[in-house]
Amino acid sequence: MLKEGQVRIPSGCAIAGVFSRSGERMPGGDIIRSIEVMHDRSNGLGGGFAGYGIYPEFPDYYAFHLFYDDPVCQRNCENYLERRFSIISFGEIPTTKVPSIMDEPLIYRYFLLPLPDKLRASQRSVEEYVSHCALSINEKIDGAFVFSSGKNMGVFKASGFPEDVGRFYRLDTYAGYSWTAHGRYPTNTPGWWGGAHPFGLLDLSVVHNGEISSYDANRRFLEMFGYKHSLQTDTEAITYIVDYLHRKMGLSLQETADVMAAPFWVSIKNLPADQREYYTYLRKRFGSLLVTGPFSIILGYAGGMMILGDRLKLRSMVCGDHGDRFYAASEECAIRAICPEIEDVWSPDAGQPVIVELA
Amino acid sequence: MDLYVHPRFEVLRSEKKCICCRVCERQCANGAHGYDESAGTMESYDEKCVNCHRCVALCPTKALKIAETSHSFRQNANWSGHTIQELYLQANTGGVLLSSMGNPRPLPSYFDRILLNASQVTNPSIDPLREPMETRTFLGKKNQTVTRDTRGRLKDNMGAQLELRAPIMFSAMSLGSISYNAHASLANAARELGIFYNCGEGGLHKDFYKYGPNTIVQVASGRFGVHQPYLMAGAAVEIKMGQGAKPGIGGHLPGHKNMGQIAATRMTPEGSDAISPAPHHDIYSIEDLRQLVYSLKEATGNTKPIIVKIAAVHNVAAIASGVARSGADIIAIDGFRGGTGAAPTRIRDNVGIPIELALASVDQKLRDEGIRSDVSLVVGGSIRSSTDWVKAIALGADACYIATGALLALGCHLCRSCHTNLCNWGIATQRPDLVRRLNPEIGAEHLVNLIKAWQHELREIMGGMGINSVEALRGNRLMLRGVGMTREELDILGIKHAGL
Repeated sequence: MLKEGQVRIPSGCAIAGVFSRSGERMPGGDIIRSIEVMHDRSNGLGGGFAGYGIYPEFPDYYAFHLFYDDPVCQRNCENYLERRFSIISFGEIPTTKVPSIMDEPLIYRYFLLPLPDKLRASQRSVEEYVSHCALSINEKIDGAFVFSSGKNMGVFKASGFPEDVGRFYRLDTYAGYSWTAHGRYPTNTPGWWGGAHPFGLLDLSVVHNGEISSYDANRRFLEMFGYKHSLQTDTEAITYIVDYLHRKMGLSLQETADVMAAPFWVSIKNLPADQREYYTYLRKRFGSLLVTGPFSIILGYAGGMMILGDRLKLRSMVCGDHGDRFYAASEECAIRAICPEIEDVWSPDAGQPVIVELA
Repeated sequence: MDLYVHPRFEVLRSEKKCICCRVCERQCANGAHGYDESAGTMESYDEKCVNCHRCVALCPTKALKIAETSHSFRQNANWSGHTIQELYLQANTGGVLLSSMGNPRPLPSYFDRILLNASQVTNPSIDPLREPMETRTFLGKKNQTVTRDTRGRLKDNMGAQLELRAPIMFSAMSLGSISYNAHASLANAARELGIFYNCGEGGLHKDFYKYGPNTIVQVASGRFGVHQPYLMAGAAVEIKMGQGAKPGIGGHLPGHKNMGQIAATRMTPEGSDAISPAPHHDIYSIEDLRQLVYSLKEATGNTKPIIVKIAAVHNVAAIASGVARSGADIIAIDGFRGGTGAAPTRIRDNVGIPIELALASVDQKLRDEGIRSDVSLVVGGSIRSSTDWVKAIALGADACYIATGALLALGCHLCRSCHTNLCNWGIATQRPDLVRRLNPEIGAEHLVNLIKAWQHELREIMGGMGINSVEALRGNRLMLRGVGMTREELDILGIKHAGL
């Protein structure tokens, strides 16, 4: 059977996120309970989580999470890593047996810093260097897949229902100020763990519900800048769009959102002159990164979280505020499951980002 | 004695219906109809007929029709009757065969073998009657770095761009190759539609300067009518390097057409042949093109995007890549089906490649080299319908050029006799009595109707795909599937076979 990346598979989904503005570290159990309520929005073919602030003992090291098909792949990949990074610590990611999760690959974690002379010789920035290595492993080393590559954050994913995946990875033993979760409803079954979500690149992680109709237009534009789409998923494309616009082009997240879910020309026409020019410029300059079709995403990054829905609001998304906490989910029940007393719950407007950051 | 060439068409007249009103006789500039005073009946001269349907359309009693002759040679799969007769013509005259409009040969149309996608279940289609369906397009360079003012706000540093309400334009047809009234129709329609027409290489008639904001002015190898106010009059300047109907060949407006205002607009002596050389004699290589591009930018104070139009030839991807690196803002590619006012038949029918393949390989090449954003791509060379248009955009075009389609909307019946100056529809002629037959207001109305109809269809198709803005369709090849194509054809087009 063709693996994810060799074939494009549309999916429906459930997504959830929780964020502490004060930076209070929350155990991973909450987010499991939140996504679990939306069980019927997944079909057991993929689930995953991203946590931020979970590695306080190694906050300045790039934490690579890897799937290996077998020890030979592992050896090849470790050779690759050793030539480019100093590996400060590594080991198997602790898991526990869960009946519904079977046939797991080898799952390893490495805390890395680029070797200074290799970094200099590459003439890339640190982030370019690290993301280039992560993308190269996925593209070139058979049977090895980097599914998390940021600092002080980590992605955990598997084939299965999300609540089972969370327990498999023992997320209650981690604590972070920000968590996102994803339950997947793919239309057919690759059964490959790398195909589950969140999708991560450096400290960016994306969980996404939808099927974007602009996928190939976005993909072909991004490929000009070295983003090889190894999974052929929307989530991957969306992550690269944010990475390109925000990190490479220097746009703010608000500006990035205004490119991806640009207002309609009929709305732009009636805005004050300076805003009209702003939106017109973004659409003119970055039209190839407009995202059409249904999507709602939760974007995690170091110190913040962004919620964004498509410009027609074709996918559900609910946000909630309670004290220090911010919640987002495909359905309100997922928020109430972990914060029953919440009062301030709302649906963001189409195409309008909601951005929360550490105070 | 000349070799006998049998008339291609037969004028069929119903004696029962004909009332001898002689409309056909007055309408036919080719002289295919006559009146026999003594017998009181209409006569037909089949050898003069070009099958333009003017008489058929205007006959008040519908007594006329034109048929392809059934006269035949002995069956021969290799030597068709048509081929034999063309050979006779050349044996009689020693001349090059001339023809007009696009290549009529039954070569494969890739557009016809591409099918479109639509949403089902996993994502919704969008109803264009209920939701905005956006077709606005900007043509020009999109590779600038992001810059901000002192307050951190984004600055629009994109330079000159063409803004189109829908990604379609009327491509170049010179005043001379077509009539004043045809130009007036195109200009009017472009203005009303919020798009552009291209005045072609014959200069810009003084009456049409007022349409400047919707005009693309052309600089071709003959440099006819090129002066600074001309360059400044349009919204963009197009350098014509080649034409799909006759790649590698120049142009020739015979002296009898180059009269009056045509000659004045071209800034050539009346009655002299206006000859566009095959190459630009100041462009023998790519670095020379760069100089002309920048000369024109300088002459226009960097206020106009520069388009470089090339014909789709074998090495078009590498050529386009070179053009993109030469300062052009927009590349126009003209496929082998593109029309012309006059071309050597053998060139028209045998030189160049299909626009679908040229477009796909150029778009991919520019992406492989990371320079696709340096230029916009406009393609023409037989965009016959809204679906050809949609498929071209999904293959990677920013916009399409149409010309044959536009002339059809003005009443052209594709008789492919433009080079005779006897166009009975007032389009490809300079004879004042014939030009008068084309009413520019009605012509513009037909053009506006055509483009609006195509826009409706474009919106409907996009909505079906779940796409509500045309930039998300551009280069979106997943929306296309091929049928009945070889692996190699699919690879060049960058699409999958239907069923995959």
